[in-house]
Amino acid sequence: MSNLVATNLDMVFSLPDETAVHALEDVNFTLKKGELLAVLGPSGCGKTTLLNIIAGFLHPTGGSITLGGNIIEKPGVDRGMVFQQGALFEWLTVADNVNFGLRMKNAEQSEIVERVEEWLEIVGLQGFGDTPTYQLSGGMQQRVALARCLINNPDLILMDEPLGALDALTREKMQSLVLKIWKETGKTIMIITHSVEEALLLGERLFVMAPRPGRLHKEYRLPFSEMGLTGDPREIKNDDKFVETREEILEMIWNMEEEIMGKVESN
Amino acid sequence: MTIVGVLYVILAAMLVWSIIHGQKVIRTERTDAVFGNPIRTMGGWHWVICGVSSLMLFWLTFSWDAGKAFFPEAANELCQVAKLNRAVKPIRSAYPLDNRYLLSTRLLERDFRQIDLLYVRLSGADFNSDDREELNDIINLMRDALAAQADSKFISPDTEGRFKEIADRINRVADDLLDEGYPGPADPKLLEEALAQPGWGESSTEIPPLPKSDRGRGFDAAAVVMEQIAKDYGKIRNDSPHITSMIEEIKSRIDGFVIDDSGSEHTIERRAELLKQIEKISKRVDDLKIFPAQITDEVEAALINLENAMDTRQGPLKMVDTWAMPGGSILAGNNACSEQGSGRWLPKPSDTLATFLHMANPDQGYKGFPLLWFKMKPVAEMVGFLTPNWITVLIPGEHARHNDLGQIEPSFKDKVYNIATGNFNSFSIPVPTGHIWDSIMRVLAGLFLGILLGVPLGIFMGLSRFVKGFFDPLIELYRPIPPLAWAPLILTIFGIQDDGKIFLLFMVAFAIMVISARTGATGTQLSKIHAAHSLGASNRQIIRQVILPNSLPEILTGIRISIGVCWGTLVAAEMLAGTTGIGFVENVARKQSDYEIIWMTIIVMGLLGLIFDMIMRFVIDKAIPWRGKG
Repeated sequence: MSNLVATNLDMVFSLPDETAVHALEDVNFTLKKGELLAVLGPSGCGKTTLLNIIAGFLHPTGGSITLGGNIIEKPGVDRGMVFQQGALFEWLTVADNVNFGLRMKNAEQSEIVERVEEWLEIVGLQGFGDTPTYQLSGGMQQRVALARCLINNPDLILMDEPLGALDALTREKMQSLVLKIWKETGKTIMIITHSVEEALLLGERLFVMAPRPGRLHKEYRLPFSEMGLTGDPREIKNDDKFVETREEILEMIWNMEEEIMGKVESN
Repeated sequence: MTIVGVLYVILAAMLVWSIIHGQKVIRTERTDAVFGNPIRTMGGWHWVICGVSSLMLFWLTFSWDAGKAFFPEAANELCQVAKLNRAVKPIRSAYPLDNRYLLSTRLLERDFRQIDLLYVRLSGADFNSDDREELNDIINLMRDALAAQADSKFISPDTEGRFKEIADRINRVADDLLDEGYPGPADPKLLEEALAQPGWGESSTEIPPLPKSDRGRGFDAAAVVMEQIAKDYGKIRNDSPHITSMIEEIKSRIDGFVIDDSGSEHTIERRAELLKQIEKISKRVDDLKIFPAQITDEVEAALINLENAMDTRQGPLKMVDTWAMPGGSILAGNNACSEQGSGRWLPKPSDTLATFLHMANPDQGYKGFPLLWFKMKPVAEMVGFLTPNWITVLIPGEHARHNDLGQIEPSFKDKVYNIATGNFNSFSIPVPTGHIWDSIMRVLAGLFLGILLGVPLGIFMGLSRFVKGFFDPLIELYRPIPPLAWAPLILTIFGIQDDGKIFLLFMVAFAIMVISARTGATGTQLSKIHAAHSLGASNRQIIRQVILPNSLPEILTGIRISIGVCWGTLVAAEMLAGTTGIGFVENVARKQSDYEIIWMTIIVMGLLGLIFDMIMRFVIDKAIPWRGKG
């Protein structure tokens, strides 16, 4: 079982002026294989820090984090990343971006070609293999980023506000694509977002995080992602329970922001 | 009309057309009230034509190439005019025509100033009272003699008559010039000889000196007459009896003066020195070249008369001189005429091109070396150059020794050694050679080494605080030093051949490449490195596959800058030392004041720099098409 288990996770950044920022405090959770987790919270609540720790880019200052029983120490192919701006390699074509991971481990040429074709089809980019990435639109770039990450067959997919920079329509299409991939591959996915609606639509589980120090504030289990696999997302958004939960979370985050502003002003 | 003439007309037409076309285009463009024309920075190819044709017209005009094309015979005629000008010059220079003051006025002013100085010196000198009085008298006499020369009371009738005669003779020359028939029919033999002369600029004489046209012969003949007049004018002295008797008295009293030899040696020396000065000034008074102002009037009027006559006889030639040969004129020397002014240092485009074509001929070249050509080189030489000699050491066995009969049987080791040193027969292949090629190869070699070492170091400096901190002071310290400041040192260490220059260029390119590669590496987005990491790339793979290509825009920009700076440095370094290269050519031409070659090298350098830059622009467009589109 490759579950992601965080135990008493603590992260303190020491600043050069001898002060310290408590980015994460006592974070505990278990993410089972195949779950889709959305993480939501106001700015500065440690969402990205948490993601970077899971990815292995940062080492926690306290507690431990394990994937499938192994402590995470450094980045690895078992955890794929998708970034907000795609972070594509613009000097490579779409196909070369997608097969980057395979080339890094010196896969066979025939295998590379076959799997690139396969994944370009899944993300809806058939025939774009030889296109340079700088010619693609933002949505297509994120599709490339998704394919590039998935071709390595990771156990866990980490997405850092992947749809944040897209327009509303593209965003909806991409949300369906994420759900489709989740359903078809059964991957564990952790997605960080600023959008409450997106978190509700995508997240099977939803963490709301609170800032200063960053911590898990509240957890939800949501039915909307299952509904989204078959139903029309716009109908789901009008669902009473959806609206109710959305308003509840919005108020929660609103209050947190107010609190931060108050702290800043009293300082 | 010559080719240059046709070209001149075409260029002028292009200039006019481009301006008219430009005005038309401007009328169709939208303008922004605040910013003006929003697409004005794009320029326009018609303005390129406008600029290029203006420049060429300017060059053709100011180098007198256009004048030569349209008025090929003008130079010969102007040469005759110059001869007359040269002949009349000795007289003219004594009058306030070319100068501000009359020559007599200038001489008087100078001599009086010197005499005033003598009074001052005398008052400070150590003489006894008798001697002092005597010397004072002598100086007073000199003063009076000068004043007498300026006084019309004392002028002798003979001298006055001579001035009148000179004025009459000059007026006669002026009248002759105005007579179209002067100086009568040409001597057929002389005319034939004159017409047989090579044309303007066709031989090393530059301008044919013998008069070809009637007008030219008129000025030529007048010049001969005028030379004699000037000679006679130079002999006139203001030698009336009154003045000569004063001069005699001054002379005898100076000769009769005995220096008092009492006192120290130093004092006696000072006294002798003052006497010597008085004697020197007295000789100036004795020149008798100062005349009363009134008697010069007639000659001055005659000179103005002559000037007007010369202008009239020249007619349209005067306009040709002013407009077709701007910035100077043709001057006559002892037995030849030459272009003076911009025509001297600004060679004609046609001559420059001819020089270039002459030098581009590989059999000619420059200093026995072609500009750019090829030569056959045996492959053996290249193999010998590329194969290190030490590989022979790796071959087992011994080198051959001669046997009792004195024969040498080469061993396998010997054969390998022969190959490593290029000592074998082979076919030849053509390789480029020449001054230009040498320059290009030096730049490329320095640049190549700079890239080879600079880019990796720059990337590591962008990635590691240690490497950056360690190398930063070294590079930042030597980078601002002008490369040529290193040249004397480097040329001493590495010699004046290619090694030194390549090392100098390497230093230039290295610093630029380090900095640009460092900027590129530092600018790599963290998310790209994270993405590569989580896709399973190792550190080494990240450097090669992510950071290096990501730095490519900065690296290529660095190469583009390096080429420009290297090219500039190289030419300067070649001017310092060396025996080949385009800078060497210019340096030799500079020493010989060969302006055509100097301009030719300048143009070649400019064109090569432009070609380098265009190649780099093309490479940048092809290699990093994503730049600015992310």
